[in-house]
Amino acid sequence: MTDLLSKFDPLIAEHAGLLSTGIRDPIGVVMETVLSPTEAIIKGKHTILLGTYNYMGMTFDPDVIAAGQAALRDFGAGTTGSRVLNGTYQTHKECEQALMDFYGMNHAMVFSTGYQANLGMVSTLAGKGDFIILDADSHASIYDGCKLSNADTVRFRHNDAADLEKRLKRLPADAGKLVVLEGVYSMLGDVAPLPELVAIAKAHCAMVLVDEAHGMGFFGEHGRGVYEEQGVADDVDFVVGTFSKSVGTVGGFCVSNHPKFEVLRFPCRPYTFTASLPPAVVACAATSIRKLMTAHDKRARLWEATRRLHGGLKARGFRLATETPESAIVSVLMPDQATTALMWSTLIELGVYVNMSRPPATPAGVFLLRCSICALHSDAQIDTVLGRFAQAAQMCGLALGEPVAA
Amino acid sequence: MTDRATVYARIIELIEPLNAKKVALTEATTFAGDMEMDSLTVMDLVASMEDEWDILIPLNMLPDLETIGQVADAVHGLVVKKG
Repeated sequence: MTDLLSKFDPLIAEHAGLLSTGIRDPIGVVMETVLSPTEAIIKGKHTILLGTYNYMGMTFDPDVIAAGQAALRDFGAGTTGSRVLNGTYQTHKECEQALMDFYGMNHAMVFSTGYQANLGMVSTLAGKGDFIILDADSHASIYDGCKLSNADTVRFRHNDAADLEKRLKRLPADAGKLVVLEGVYSMLGDVAPLPELVAIAKAHCAMVLVDEAHGMGFFGEHGRGVYEEQGVADDVDFVVGTFSKSVGTVGGFCVSNHPKFEVLRFPCRPYTFTASLPPAVVACAATSIRKLMTAHDKRARLWEATRRLHGGLKARGFRLATETPESAIVSVLMPDQATTALMWSTLIELGVYVNMSRPPATPAGVFLLRCSICALHSDAQIDTVLGRFAQAAQMCGLALGEPVAA
Repeated sequence: MTDRATVYARIIELIEPLNAKKVALTEATTFAGDMEMDSLTVMDLVASMEDEWDILIPLNMLPDLETIGQVADAVHGLVVKKG
């Protein structure tokens, strides 16, 4: 018998090699107690959370919790069914209405995760004979959506409008085309130049889908995302998003003004062939989304805390993936896997949790310590984090550059 | 018209800078097995071949292209089709 798992032997060896250096297991973190959106107990130690995507700190919002508790009591623990069978409750319709109100759009479809939203939308919109044109740095859920579709998939260089145009020009004029973009790219935390990219897509008669997973809540006047802030709302056909970041729970969605949008509920397999979200989850999401509409103070605070972290790391000589803070993700560039793992492990021992990222999840083979900031991080917490980053760098022998004035 | 030999020779030139393990490059050399090329490098190579001949090599075509010879056949076919 061939052991089907033997193909993972190199991965097992790599992981064991990493742990043999005495560092903590980066994929073995357990949050024993969650104290707030910014603090938890990990291995008995009080830890500042700086890698949760909980941008707006809605996970413990009292109104959100109350809505979830009421739905749990009134509608039960789960739906035990697909959205197209017995799995659509009043709570799901209210959640879709909250999305339509938040985005000012006519249609909304709620999926069980953000991954499934991209998987479902990309694979259902583009079929055999169509073309999907995606940014090279797209999230795995978009790549997997391409695989699930029977469309031809073409990649363009990250955020490169000229490269997108060159590739669109090679496509048959009359073929169906879907250009897939993201507002914020989550590895480096950089923002897309949507006006240029969307204009080129439209000039070549392509439909445009923008994933705003990391932009919802704090970009644009209504917090709709980068596409709103950059003023391209009229030319974006589909917006995909998630409840597991700013909204503070779990789930995914797509909103659109396309008049035929509702038909997608039937052919979309990742929507149909899975159970719908529990009523408590969609009730939490709906309440959170409605609060995010007017969360102007929190948005301002998130940017303030982000600038403080970005500027502070730069001032201490850390190399960052973006020259200025473009989103609420601040990625610190690391030289190699061993140093990244050691720095990550040292930070967690010092009571700071960040994300460790490596190829192939990262673009261009870079190693990163990724920080995502929360509107509820206090200046004191950010300053503590900055001090611990500097301390960890010293302990790990990480060479820092010349301090750069913030 | 670009013939297959010319296409093959140019593909070898495009692969050389990405051939980190300095494997001998032949028709039968495989990208994953022999060269141990990661998926990101493969996609960069695809982009450079697309630009070289002004063609489209959809990502969904890649699983069937394991050797340099297979890639040369596919690219040559696409160039001929383009006319």
